[in-house]
Amino acid sequence: MRRLLGLAAWAAGLLFFAPVAWMVLTSLHSEPDAATNPPSLAAPITFDGYAEFFDSNPWPPLVNSLSASIGSTVLVLLLAIPAAYALSIKKVEKWSDVLFFFLSTKMLPVVAGLLPIYLVAQYTGMLDNISFLVVLYTSMNLPIAVWLMRSFLAEVPGEILEAAALDGAGLVTTLRRVVAPVALPGIAATSLICFIFSWNELLFARVLTGVVAGTAPVHLTGFVTSQGLFLAKVCAAAVVVSLPVLVAGFAAQDKLVQGLSLGAVK
Amino acid sequence: MTALREVEAPAGPTPPVRTGQLAAAARWARRAPLLPALIFTIVVTQLPFVATLVISLMRWNSLDPANRGFAGLDNYTAVFTDPDLRSAIGVTVVLTATVVLVSLVLGLGLALLLDRRFFGRGVVRTMLIAPFLVVPVAAALLWKHALYNPEYGLFNGVLTWLFGADAPQPEWIGGMPLLAVEASLVWQWTPFMMLILLAGLQSRPQDAVEAARIDGATAWQVFRYLTLPHLRQYLELGALLGSIYVVQNFDAVFTITSGGLGTANLPYTIYQTFYQAHDYGQASAAGVVVVLGSIVIATFALRVVSSLLREEVRA
Repeated sequence: MRRLLGLAAWAAGLLFFAPVAWMVLTSLHSEPDAATNPPSLAAPITFDGYAEFFDSNPWPPLVNSLSASIGSTVLVLLLAIPAAYALSIKKVEKWSDVLFFFLSTKMLPVVAGLLPIYLVAQYTGMLDNISFLVVLYTSMNLPIAVWLMRSFLAEVPGEILEAAALDGAGLVTTLRRVVAPVALPGIAATSLICFIFSWNELLFARVLTGVVAGTAPVHLTGFVTSQGLFLAKVCAAAVVVSLPVLVAGFAAQDKLVQGLSLGAVK
Repeated sequence: MTALREVEAPAGPTPPVRTGQLAAAARWARRAPLLPALIFTIVVTQLPFVATLVISLMRWNSLDPANRGFAGLDNYTAVFTDPDLRSAIGVTVVLTATVVLVSLVLGLGLALLLDRRFFGRGVVRTMLIAPFLVVPVAAALLWKHALYNPEYGLFNGVLTWLFGADAPQPEWIGGMPLLAVEASLVWQWTPFMMLILLAGLQSRPQDAVEAARIDGATAWQVFRYLTLPHLRQYLELGALLGSIYVVQNFDAVFTITSGGLGTANLPYTIYQTFYQAHDYGQASAAGVVVVLGSIVIATFALRVVSSLLREEVRA
């Protein structure tokens, strides 16, 4: 029975992983070998798909995605950490109402605000500008970050804060010695989640950017309609664009769980 | 939620003005770190909705800018009588409910399988997380071209392997478009549910389970009366967060079917009304309808989260 359940887990794992494995394998085949029926598993390995993809000059979109993701993650942290401090350690009155306000903004569908945002970008000349995406991605991730950081900072034991105050520790010392050790894992989880969500975003980028500030997901939409033999190239593109998220997510699996559950799971 | 509010200081005799000012200053000092995030959020996420509300009452098509004016509720009449938008509302509900429920059930099964020691558990966990970490557009492209394609996709390829040259070769996307979109999303969201539920399982107090086993409880009884009640809040959290993201899904619909074959959900339809039809008024009215629908779901969802928070406050 025990062995059987272990086997079932392996079977399920392989089944869910199969499309990813197939994506990687196809990206390493030549175009004629990639599009056969039945599939040619043992076809010779080649990097032609990747060469083809990099010939389509994907670097500007990749760099744009990187700047939008890192820029918005930094901005989110700068705004979320002080806010979380005011919602957990030195609480403002009605802190839980504020917290729920942040979460409720996440439930309003972004698409409903898309048109005014587009018009603002148009009138201020910010269309096709990566800084505009940074602002939007920040607003998209800020509620999650506030919730996450608050749940971590709420773990700072009150007695230790009081003891620190009694010993005459200033704000900076308290922050560095008492708050930071608890906050740092939270900052790591928050950064990971914000980076992933910004990197993945398509709708805003598709509507608000063009040739200059287009991000990697927008670049990928060029493959939506198929023309000729291009399966290996599509798979190579999918692998390259997903690679940063796969690496970061695999490397920090526990942070991923903390972040996805808004800190409810530690 | 009222229970959560901090007890206000009892109103004593009127304090002298000076201490009143000091107290106000202290309150603002507490609020100061919160304000940048709060103001930023209000300006970037709330003002656009106000603008959407205003535009939804206007006659405004960007292809006909001269004919702009107040339209009253005409756009709303158009939204509710437009068969495309009505179908989009239905598709959104079906898509979200199917993807969230199926992912939740599959995720629970996987979490239970992984909540036990077996050879290579870490490897299996890592393999199961992978689908969630593929960029959504890339995942949709992968399903559309490499798996569903009727001529050279993997699914029909496997059928050829199994049944030889005259194997059935279904048109996956053409034959079952909504199911095709749903399957790709279930594949991406099941790992998410699995991760949250697995963490829930691992936080389960082991002594109660052991005590029940010693008392002769069957595996099913342990699951039904100990594990499931403990998991309830994690199931609710998974369903809530999953719904927030799936209800807004744009990438899969845009990539796999381009909204065709009756799979256009509300985000896609609004995108199209505004991006291709340039009807700003009608797109905004549809946006307002989406917001109203979301508020209904969100009110329920927020109650779930607030029960989680209350438990944390009590603990």
